[in-house]
Amino acid sequence: MTTSDSSTSGLYSKVLFTGIWRENPTFRLMIGMCPPLAVTTAVKPALTMGLSVIFVLICSNLVVSLMRKILKPHLRIIMFTVTIATFVTICDLFLKAYLPKMSEILGAYVPLIIVNCIIIFRAEACASKSGPVVSILDGLGMGVGFTLALCILSAVRELLATGHVFDIPVMPTAFVPWLALQMPVGAFVTLGLILGLINVLTRKRTVSEEELEAAAVQPMAEPQQPATA
Amino acid sequence: MDRFMTLLMGFLSVVLVNNFVFTKFLGTCPYLGVSGRIDRAFGMGLAVTFVTALSGTLTWMVDAWVLTPLHLEITRYICYIVIIAGAVQLVEMYVRRFFPSLYDAFGIYLPLISTNCVILGICLFLDVWGTNNLLAAVVVSTGTGIGFTVAICIMAAIREELALADVPEALQGAPITLITAGLLTLAFMGFAGMIK
Repeated sequence: MTTSDSSTSGLYSKVLFTGIWRENPTFRLMIGMCPPLAVTTAVKPALTMGLSVIFVLICSNLVVSLMRKILKPHLRIIMFTVTIATFVTICDLFLKAYLPKMSEILGAYVPLIIVNCIIIFRAEACASKSGPVVSILDGLGMGVGFTLALCILSAVRELLATGHVFDIPVMPTAFVPWLALQMPVGAFVTLGLILGLINVLTRKRTVSEEELEAAAVQPMAEPQQPATA
Repeated sequence: MDRFMTLLMGFLSVVLVNNFVFTKFLGTCPYLGVSGRIDRAFGMGLAVTFVTALSGTLTWMVDAWVLTPLHLEITRYICYIVIIAGAVQLVEMYVRRFFPSLYDAFGIYLPLISTNCVILGICLFLDVWGTNNLLAAVVVSTGTGIGFTVAICIMAAIREELALADVPEALQGAPITLITAGLLTLAFMGFAGMIK
């Protein structure tokens, strides 16, 4: 009894952590690339987007998992997208009612969660094949991994473009804001450099995962030196 | 003549100035993923252009003539996604019937077009931009598809050259693609002052 218990919890934590690091949707699988590039000009909208995706991902994974026995192969994708669209509508109306400012900033990117590849990919690869508990954990893991990626990227961009993080000024007054990072160019190049850094770091097998997570934030420290000098 | 100019400006605007890939990051998945070869990128671009034009127009009509008069805006996203899936299904059937070789070449990518961000994106942005007549909706959604084709073809051409280039080890693969995309974005920013 105890061994089966520990093996199930082992499986659950493995499912959960796969999404956060080993198969991180943004840094490793490179799917659902539209929000990481579009809403990461500042940490607040990025966090809102991340939480919305976690909500939609968990709910749609649960529903798809519950109806996995009645899925028809040729109607699969439309069933997934209609399920997802329902939860995205709920999320959109919630944001409009309680966080109108965020809803305005995110704009069309909230409804665009419907076609975010991560959610359909998880519905297809996990939820349509496994039970509700695993599906929920998988959704949570993937969602948290996505949110972390969004936060890292937006923290770098917000810090260098405005000198603030989470709307709190952190840079000295002499800091010259690097506005290019708020433009689309900044999004592509910052993400490219972060991916390059992750490539360098993962090549050294000895480095532990926690250190990698911390190291992924490092580009913040490097380019700011010439700016302050 | 004046109306024609407005339409032309709208068309050029979505192809060059407000290109969905470069300014709104929509459709970046196929843009970064599928664009390894230029012929396939072009075929993909054409299929997306067709679906974009069709579903952009259809969703505009449903939105303006059915949902708004009946105050059913709340079901908007679900209607959009069903229309897009239907349009993709139509294209799939048509291509399979008349161009079987093209159908085989596309494989799984054809049904997956329904989850391409560009298509839902244009349906949503037609509303955001307040497009108020059918002709403008047709022109803008066709232009968006063409803008996507232009972007994905340029990227595929660069990627073909990039395969021979000496890229630093750490940046090989995805990172250099993203940086290239960033530089392309910078180039397309040059069009920013062209209209308005």
